[in-house]
Amino acid sequence: MRLDGKGLVDRDTKLRFHFNGRAYEGLKGDTVASALLANGVKLMGRSFKYHRPRGVMTAGSEEPNALIQVGAGNAMLPNVRATVQEVYAGLETRSQNHVGPLDKDLLSVNDLLSPWLGAGFYYKTFMWPRAFWERVYEPTIRRAAGLGRMTREASPEESERAFAFCDVLVIGGGPAGLIAALTAAQSGADVILAEETAALGGRLLSDGEMVDGVPGDIWVAETVEALRETGRVRIMERTTVAGAYDGLTFSAVERVSAHLPHNPALPRECFWRIRAGQAVLAAGALERPIPFPNNDRPGVMLSSAIRTFLNRYGVTPGEKVSLFTTNDDAHQTAIELVDAGIDCTVIDTRPGVEAKGAYRVIAGAEVVNTKGRQALSEITYRTASGSYQLETDCLGVSGGWNPSVHLTCHMGARPVWNDQINAFIPAESAKPGLHVAGACNGLLTTWDAITSGAEAAEAALKALGRKVRRPTLPEADMTGGNGAPLHVVEAKGRIWLDFANDVTTKDVKQAATEGFQSVEHMKRYTTQGMAPDQGKSSNIAALAVLADATGRGIPETGTTTYRPPFTPVALATMGAGAQGKGFAPERFPTSHKAVTARGAPMIEAGLWYRPSYIPAPGETHWRQSCDREVNMVRNAVGVVDVSTLGKIEILGPDAGSFLDFLYTNTFSTLKPGRVRYGLMLREDGHVMDDGTTACLAENHYVMTTTTAFAGPVMNHMEFVAQALRPDLDVRFTSVTEQWAQFSVAGPKARDLLNGVLDAPIDDESFPFMQCGPARIHGIEGRLFRISFSGEHAYEVAVPAAYGDALYRDLVARAESLGGGAYGMEALNVLRLEKGFITHAEIHGRVTAFDIGMQAMMSKKKDFIGKAAATRPGLLDEGREQLVGLKPVGAVKELTAGAHLFEADADAVRTNNMGYVTSVGYSPTLGHFIGLGFLKAGRDRVGHHMKMVDALRGVTAEVEICDPVFFDPDGGRARG
Amino acid sequence: MPITCPFCGPRDQREFTIKGSAIALERPDSEEWSEAWNDYLHLRENPAGRTRELWQHTGGCSAWLVVERDTTTHEIYSVTLASEAAA
Repeated sequence: MRLDGKGLVDRDTKLRFHFNGRAYEGLKGDTVASALLANGVKLMGRSFKYHRPRGVMTAGSEEPNALIQVGAGNAMLPNVRATVQEVYAGLETRSQNHVGPLDKDLLSVNDLLSPWLGAGFYYKTFMWPRAFWERVYEPTIRRAAGLGRMTREASPEESERAFAFCDVLVIGGGPAGLIAALTAAQSGADVILAEETAALGGRLLSDGEMVDGVPGDIWVAETVEALRETGRVRIMERTTVAGAYDGLTFSAVERVSAHLPHNPALPRECFWRIRAGQAVLAAGALERPIPFPNNDRPGVMLSSAIRTFLNRYGVTPGEKVSLFTTNDDAHQTAIELVDAGIDCTVIDTRPGVEAKGAYRVIAGAEVVNTKGRQALSEITYRTASGSYQLETDCLGVSGGWNPSVHLTCHMGARPVWNDQINAFIPAESAKPGLHVAGACNGLLTTWDAITSGAEAAEAALKALGRKVRRPTLPEADMTGGNGAPLHVVEAKGRIWLDFANDVTTKDVKQAATEGFQSVEHMKRYTTQGMAPDQGKSSNIAALAVLADATGRGIPETGTTTYRPPFTPVALATMGAGAQGKGFAPERFPTSHKAVTARGAPMIEAGLWYRPSYIPAPGETHWRQSCDREVNMVRNAVGVVDVSTLGKIEILGPDAGSFLDFLYTNTFSTLKPGRVRYGLMLREDGHVMDDGTTACLAENHYVMTTTTAFAGPVMNHMEFVAQALRPDLDVRFTSVTEQWAQFSVAGPKARDLLNGVLDAPIDDESFPFMQCGPARIHGIEGRLFRISFSGEHAYEVAVPAAYGDALYRDLVARAESLGGGAYGMEALNVLRLEKGFITHAEIHGRVTAFDIGMQAMMSKKKDFIGKAAATRPGLLDEGREQLVGLKPVGAVKELTAGAHLFEADADAVRTNNMGYVTSVGYSPTLGHFIGLGFLKAGRDRVGHHMKMVDALRGVTAEVEICDPVFFDPDGGRARG
Repeated sequence: MPITCPFCGPRDQREFTIKGSAIALERPDSEEWSEAWNDYLHLRENPAGRTRELWQHTGGCSAWLVVERDTTTHEIYSVTLASEAAA
């Protein structure tokens, strides 16, 4: 029910929203929970296991019961706390975890079965038969489990990630946080003040108390104004600091537009990483309930939550309210209820307690039962003289306060038990640089919050080496906040601890009886504290029950581990910007537009996109295009973009020695104008990469790496230069993106090139493996006579800005000569015909010996991998060696990944002789060819073996060949 | 865990790539396989506590760094250039 003259909501802005398909009216500033209570809706969800009717229990982010689905379609978000979600016009919400309507949940039958569904039920019941595990039990349990539902697709509402930096991060915008922020900012520090709710003020907005002679909310408004005037405070409302990490790095979730109708210009949430010089934790405390029988009916809630609903939202959750307390705090609620004209009775466990206002007190009493199926209607309380009934529609419970120590424990620290307030507080210096203030340090009065906030800020400022300018502190309430002892009412009936996961005191005792006596074991056995609320309201009571059952004290029993995040964070928020194309950058060579315009399908090579083939009109199958492109290169001329290969420019007096150390073979003898093929090993003697390096001038080289290994090779070179050979005077840098480089290959390659070169070339001036500067259409570029196809071929490089134009020109000229553009499929077939290797072959487990290049390992100098490569096991003749393969039986196909066996052997692992790494159909030879590795393969050339691909179901008879199928003497490349 | 690069200042850990123990700086002189080579390539201590590791500022200046830190507390004691540590 809404109350006149109460609350901080905007009475003039009415907002229509839906809950379970029905329209309700809320006010601007309402949460879904407060708006539903204002409309008399008390039933907001169903419990996890027994599907018990549940209503709202808290007014904050610790809410265990009122979890709702927000939004529609794929934008729907499950398990949102109704106490956090703000109301906006058009908001769609639904309750969770029921079959059929919320008030007639079919699965509430589970509640009747509860005697058999206690802790460990799953472990004991779903054991036999074993075959049922995956087919019957798991699907059934998965359907029944979980609270909210998943959507099928990614949400169309995007979130984002961002970084922030500050001198002092203040976590929590209550009185302690406000004063801490003000102290820090007035002392000249840059401050971020993060507040979880929509408004600064903390409990001052919920409790009707005076600060500095004015109502709490007025003092808050004045202080916020003072904060803004400093110009040094970034106030982040609706921002939950979720985790504390190394080096005072914090994660925080800002609900940027989750409180507004969908606006595509705004992210839904922002995941912040905040790096702070120092931090102040003023996270406050959470009131704890008192466990008693049947304490989970809608209408039973925290006493402090009632105050929040009254003072912040102008709503009373009941018209005839009762309060059950162990301490003075609930009496404040009673006073304010009376002030709002609500009838109120306080049941206080302490004998002799008297009322502080016009309400009734039943002292020395405790609540032992409740009634009301879908809403509380009656409670039973017990005094020394007997049991009595009391009609009531709302019961506020107050069992004292638990400091929110979570962020102090995220790095592994444990909180310590404090006997004065009967609660855990942060250990001294639990997290260096994080200064704890206020209720979260166990200081439960407003005055203590304010003074400790100032002190925490001073400690932070001193650590930063700044002078402190302390603001004048306001007068504030010095009473209240006494710590109440933990209290569990023992009486007949189920006593709920974890409302979200349906854990009762009986379950905890049973865990202890069955040997799960460690708090961590009890947690896992009973699921206590494992729901979305992570047991914020219930963990302490549960461990008190466990302590009692095991005959230990609470400090000896200890707490479970506090882990980030403080409240649930959507994975989509953490991973914002990293889905789909945001997952990895896309790199396009300069020819991209030209090839996509021709309809070329792309293949990914690392981050690069390269054309598989360039279809000609009328071609319907990729093999048609590929075969045509191969024939074109063998008979005329083809053009392919090779800019994606890594290019590293190396300069310096010791550049040659550096290359000698990197490569197995010698480069310091390479003459300017010449190119050499090189092989690079890892230090463990296995092949890392291969490629050509050209000597452009004395002490000036340009190295080519494979596309896939450009990054790793660059990092390796940095390591060798900086860490192993800092004595060498050498500098290098990646120029991969600075140059557009195209291979022009085929018998007519030189004819084509001479059409674009300012100075024509011939065999004498530009023999095989020659390189040098060249002018292409007047542009300064580079020319290399190298070949990955085995044909007479060149690579021509121009500054990347000219890449698109040159590619189009080269392709047009090739077409006029009977050739054209080719793609990766044809490139692969061409290199297979020549037995050239790629990373399909040098996959990290092969040596120079395995690929037949042991002669390239120089004996005259040291190089990376030299010592390890000489290990006897790496030179064993029986090792798997590179071979060529061709089908010779009825099956004409080869498949990569297939394994090789003796023709008469069973295709089982123990008979495995080798495997196939690359295959392709060679139009030049008219049959499939492949490369692979075979035990003692070089001695087996001419043998027939069996190739078996168990995955694709292909078995073929193959002949072992020399890896070079075509033009073995290499005359075509030289000619 | 921010790492202070000698060139770039304190930077987020995600800008850096770890290689492993700084033993990688102590490459044996011999070109022949030996026990020293085996130790260099394969044997690593795995302490819960103070370590000396090689990190590269891959998301920044590419410098290879020797980082002394504690694996249990993530406290960083020192960051030096590998080129200076190796020289």
